Amino acid sequence: MATVSTVLNRERAPVPVPKPGSPRRRVLLLADIVGLSPTLLLYGLFIVVPVVFAVFLSFTSWNVIGTLRWVGFANWSRFFSDPGAHHALLVTLELVVFSWLVETPLAMALGLFIAGTQRYRSVYAAIYLLPLLLSTAGIALMWEGVLSPEFGGLAWFSFHLKLSFLNQNWLGSPNLTLYVLVVIIAWQFVPFHALIYQAGRRTIPNELYEAARIDGATLAQTFRYVTLPQLRYTVVTSSMLIVVGSLTYFDIIFILTQGGPGDTTRVLSLYMYDTGFLQTEFGYASVLAVVLAVLGIAVALLLIRATGFGKMDSGREGIS
Amino acid sequence: MSSTSLTPPAPEAVASRPAAARVARAHGGRTGRAGAPGASRVARLIAFVLGTVWLVIVLLPIYYMALASFRTQGQYLTGNPWLPVGGLSLSSYSTVFSATGLGTDFRNSAVLTLASIVIVVLFSLGAAYRIVRRGSRFAAVSFRVILFGLAVPVQAIIIPIFIIVVKMHLYDTLIAVILAASASLIAVAVLLMVNYVRAIPRELFDAMTVDGAGEWTLFTRLVWPMARPVLAVVSIFAGLGAWNNFLIPLILTQSNSNSVLPVGLYEVASTSQYGIDVPVVMAAVMLSVLPLVLLYFGLRRQFVQGLGGLAIR
Repeated sequence: MATVSTVLNRERAPVPVPKPGSPRRRVLLLADIVGLSPTLLLYGLFIVVPVVFAVFLSFTSWNVIGTLRWVGFANWSRFFSDPGAHHALLVTLELVVFSWLVETPLAMALGLFIAGTQRYRSVYAAIYLLPLLLSTAGIALMWEGVLSPEFGGLAWFSFHLKLSFLNQNWLGSPNLTLYVLVVIIAWQFVPFHALIYQAGRRTIPNELYEAARIDGATLAQTFRYVTLPQLRYTVVTSSMLIVVGSLTYFDIIFILTQGGPGDTTRVLSLYMYDTGFLQTEFGYASVLAVVLAVLGIAVALLLIRATGFGKMDSGREGIS
Repeated sequence: MSSTSLTPPAPEAVASRPAAARVARAHGGRTGRAGAPGASRVARLIAFVLGTVWLVIVLLPIYYMALASFRTQGQYLTGNPWLPVGGLSLSSYSTVFSATGLGTDFRNSAVLTLASIVIVVLFSLGAAYRIVRRGSRFAAVSFRVILFGLAVPVQAIIIPIFIIVVKMHLYDTLIAVILAASASLIAVAVLLMVNYVRAIPRELFDAMTVDGAGEWTLFTRLVWPMARPVLAVVSIFAGLGAWNNFLIPLILTQSNSNSVLPVGLYEVASTSQYGIDVPVVMAAVMLSVLPLVLLYFGLRRQFVQGLGGLAIR
């Protein structure tokens, strides 16, 4: 979003602005309309209208077949007294926090590792990115195979190497499954965030490391006083993507657990899916959808605010 | 379009003093930046070991899946899941095509992906060109509207999208999936394109305008040819997004004839007939990722930038 502000403000209009009403002005306007309207139409129909529509639906009661009724704030007050929704919020929050805690250090370490110059590291980096090519459906099914209790890959270790702690009901245990999901999601997304950190590391001027060297900085000091502060916008970018991403995370959880066992992994997006598409309560599901969107946007704005708006693009260099 | 991530950093200055060696060690061990002359061998070794551990973590499940896919159900249940002993077979791959109906899903996914790429690339380049030219206020306002959508997660608007698609009588059609998937990708594509088109020197626009070129000629003779590299990047970004999309086709389609790969994989795995036949599921996943892996090793640079497009979503 900072890229946004820079794009908007960086340069003057390339086209000298013609007088209002002149033929040239009409040509430019026509060209703008021709160039932009396909995107705007598609975008308006499938993004802008749905956003407005979602807010509208949250004040109605509707199951697509019957008539649409205006119910005012009934859905919203239901949300505030619905233990299911509160639990879903809590699970979502856990997923966000644990994902951030697991992914951030790993991604940073790996990003700095693949920013190194040795040849083998770029080979490693190429392989690190493989999870990003797999569809989330593919990743879910692959892990289902690895984790399946009797014939899965981990179960084999537990039987043949006597590592009995590996024989767990990984995807069906109320105390464990959420963490398993966090690990699988980390497996999928750490490489992507490592890519962001790699780009961030490569924008740090070598002079800073030179200076630290001359000052006789130690291992920890160089990391603490050079690398980490220089990476702060990268950390913000990556954290924002982790937080917003895991707030709305759906695919892998839907495929692997459907929210179970019980409701221990039923995150907000899954609760919304169940409410909307299984119970066809589109009004109430829209409340959950709006909450999801508002949370995501709020977190993004908060993080940008907390760290300085206009400077964000430095953390993005090399990414876009 | 910065290419920082693709250019190797300047070689580290030669470190010869003890303090320098310590710093270099710091990079090797703590920040993983070994490789500087004088960096301690221990630090480089630690970085190598930790990097290799992650490599193994990445590859192990993929290896497990690959091995399982080359087995029959019987071999899978009795054999060692981690070593290629106890018999291998290609029968799961033929089952994927003969019995699961995934052949149709492959075709649908290919159509979805190609159509989405064409729509996203053409629409976003046209839009980016006008946004960068900024010939009228309309362009500036449009850009702000498009950017607003970067913050909207698809999950939050999937219900209205579903209703709109039903009302347009497009439910359970590939067209609906193509349009919705393209719409969900286009904001990022526009931003990538704008960043790139913006970098075309203004002098080129001016020179062509002086020569009498109109807006359309500028687009076809200047912007389109100059934008070739970013077209590949946006194509990969859009292609990955469309090929791997799960939620949109899950909600917007129903019948087998309109099913796409990720949803088809999920259905194959969750129906009772194949739910227990892990090798068939693994073979299907392998086949679904194969085209991407081949493309990836051919076009790594563009892939890395295309994947980076996800960062501004």
